[in-house]
Amino acid sequence: MDFTLDKKHEMARQLFREFALNEVKPVAQEIDETEQFPRENVEKMMKYGFMGIPIPKEYGGQGCDVLTYVMCVEELSKVCGTTGVIVSAHTSLCCDPILTYGTEEQKQKFLVPLASGKKLGAFALTEPGAGTDAQGAQCKATEDGDSWVLNGSKCFITNGKEADIYIVFAVTDIVEDAKGRKSKKFSAFIVEKDTPGFTFGTKEKKMGIRASSTYELIFQDCRIPKDNILGPRGKGFGIAMHTLDGGRIGIAAQALGIGEGSIDATIDFVKERKQFGRPIAAFQNTAFQLADMKARMDAAKYLVYNAACTKDLYQQDHKTSYSIEAAEAKLFAAEAAMAVTTKAVQLHGGYGYTREYDVERMMRDAKITEIYEGTSEVQRLVISGAMLK
Amino acid sequence: MNIVVCIKQVPDTKGGVKFNPDGTLDRASMLAIMNPDDKAGLEAALRLKDETGAKVTVVTMGLPKADDMLREALAMGADEAVLITDRRLGGADTWATSSTIAAGLKKLDYDLIITGRQAIDGDTAQVGPQIAEHLGLPVISYAEAIKVEGDSVIVQRQYEDRYHELKAKMPCLVTALAELNEPRYMTPGGIFDAFDKEVTVWGRDDLTDLDDANIGLAGSPTKIAKASDKVRKGAGEKVALDPKESVEYIVSKLKEKHVI
Repeated sequence: MDFTLDKKHEMARQLFREFALNEVKPVAQEIDETEQFPRENVEKMMKYGFMGIPIPKEYGGQGCDVLTYVMCVEELSKVCGTTGVIVSAHTSLCCDPILTYGTEEQKQKFLVPLASGKKLGAFALTEPGAGTDAQGAQCKATEDGDSWVLNGSKCFITNGKEADIYIVFAVTDIVEDAKGRKSKKFSAFIVEKDTPGFTFGTKEKKMGIRASSTYELIFQDCRIPKDNILGPRGKGFGIAMHTLDGGRIGIAAQALGIGEGSIDATIDFVKERKQFGRPIAAFQNTAFQLADMKARMDAAKYLVYNAACTKDLYQQDHKTSYSIEAAEAKLFAAEAAMAVTTKAVQLHGGYGYTREYDVERMMRDAKITEIYEGTSEVQRLVISGAMLK
Repeated sequence: MNIVVCIKQVPDTKGGVKFNPDGTLDRASMLAIMNPDDKAGLEAALRLKDETGAKVTVVTMGLPKADDMLREALAMGADEAVLITDRRLGGADTWATSSTIAAGLKKLDYDLIITGRQAIDGDTAQVGPQIAEHLGLPVISYAEAIKVEGDSVIVQRQYEDRYHELKAKMPCLVTALAELNEPRYMTPGGIFDAFDKEVTVWGRDDLTDLDDANIGLAGSPTKIAKASDKVRKGAGEKVALDPKESVEYIVSKLKEKHVI
């Protein structure tokens, strides 16, 4: 078990680090204040292949692995949680399901522009009545000639108004079992922006990741081509769950980066800030807290990298399961990020509470990682479910 | 069109400087980067590649770890990489370096050779023009802009508060300034591909058109008197002499410091 990164992964990390420091960090605070989607940086990332890192070259991607993709999200998130999630949602929640379930035509038509940085992706499962209880979704898709007609709405959709291609989950059938109990069957669909009948509703005003475009999607008799169904009819729920397994590795990487970024910021601060005639770094309480923070984020790091490497095995053999690894990584990294960023604010004292320092934004950004793409409670269900089978 | 870019791995002098007992740099222990002027030269070559489909080869003379820098160049888009490395080549001054690199370049096809103006460690700005001399090529230095037109290059050469526009027929050599452009980032896929490629490695014996008298520390006319990290300037010496004695004193000091 060799835990050292090889040269190419180290060089990739250097690339992401440099890009994050030069391009992303200078605008992180501003976009948080203005809630403005960082379109310019997204276009730079598209140009340099950051939006298709684990996707094979034949589909317009960079042909790297999940580990490299995870390091990208991590390094971006160290300076800006918003920028990290933009890459994560696009790659794990939109590119990945098309790669896994798409027909060759769909891959050429949709995956190539997504992975090669021409289009941005999003994933639409959540509805007002369906969060953790995804089966509560009511958005419907009915067959009509050579189209599917979508009706319903989705909420809290990341990359909401900025995306070009959306994976949308809708009810296609209601089946009855022998005892007359009804259950919904979902299917997954690829929907392009500007399709007539597809509009946007409210923009969410959020606590954190404020520059991330989080929108309500509205479908009113929205017609999409028959061929836009993704995967088999009725298998949408399974597709959603499998996709979220991968997505939570991306979010775990985002949480990891946010936590690590807050430690870096705190180290700089405590060396400068003087009280009682010396830098507060000289006090053991400060130093010991930093030690605890680092150990916790390092533990998270190995869980995240392990989940990434396990998914890489799956990408090769299409067999190795990574659900548990992904759930553990997300559970641990998110809770660690929340705890560590809270400590980071505390160690900054009053200044940590002001927007002049990055840590208050990092703490606000960290919170969502405990919630989306499967709440910490859901992760506990997944992990314990496997243990107690 | 074949473009060869000479690049150098240099210590990141922002992190402080370390020396060997003989006054040469202790490169192995310092954080290493691609020299900024050279990186701009590489970017210029890559832009010409984007426009004209030229082939870009990067060449470096350095320690085995310079391989990392060559991978970076490949990841940015260079097609081939050559590493000239040998213990016998170590400790070289600009004369020995340019002699060695020129011998390497003689084994390659080139229409245009681009080097950086100067390296942030040596700061001599000599190697590029010296290579041109060894190869009998015209050289245009301090390039602020490079254009290719048919069989010639047109270069804007920086000059104090203005620039000169010069044209030279290829093959020729151009030295690049860091201000020439904003170098591109690598791509993740480029990095992965770079480590799958083979870097050509040449030792001293692979360079046939090269005299032992012109290589390494022994082949270096430059003798290092003293090398140190930046020293804080002292208060200076005050002398009170009559004008003739003052002049003699100043001249003797200038000779002592090798200024004249």
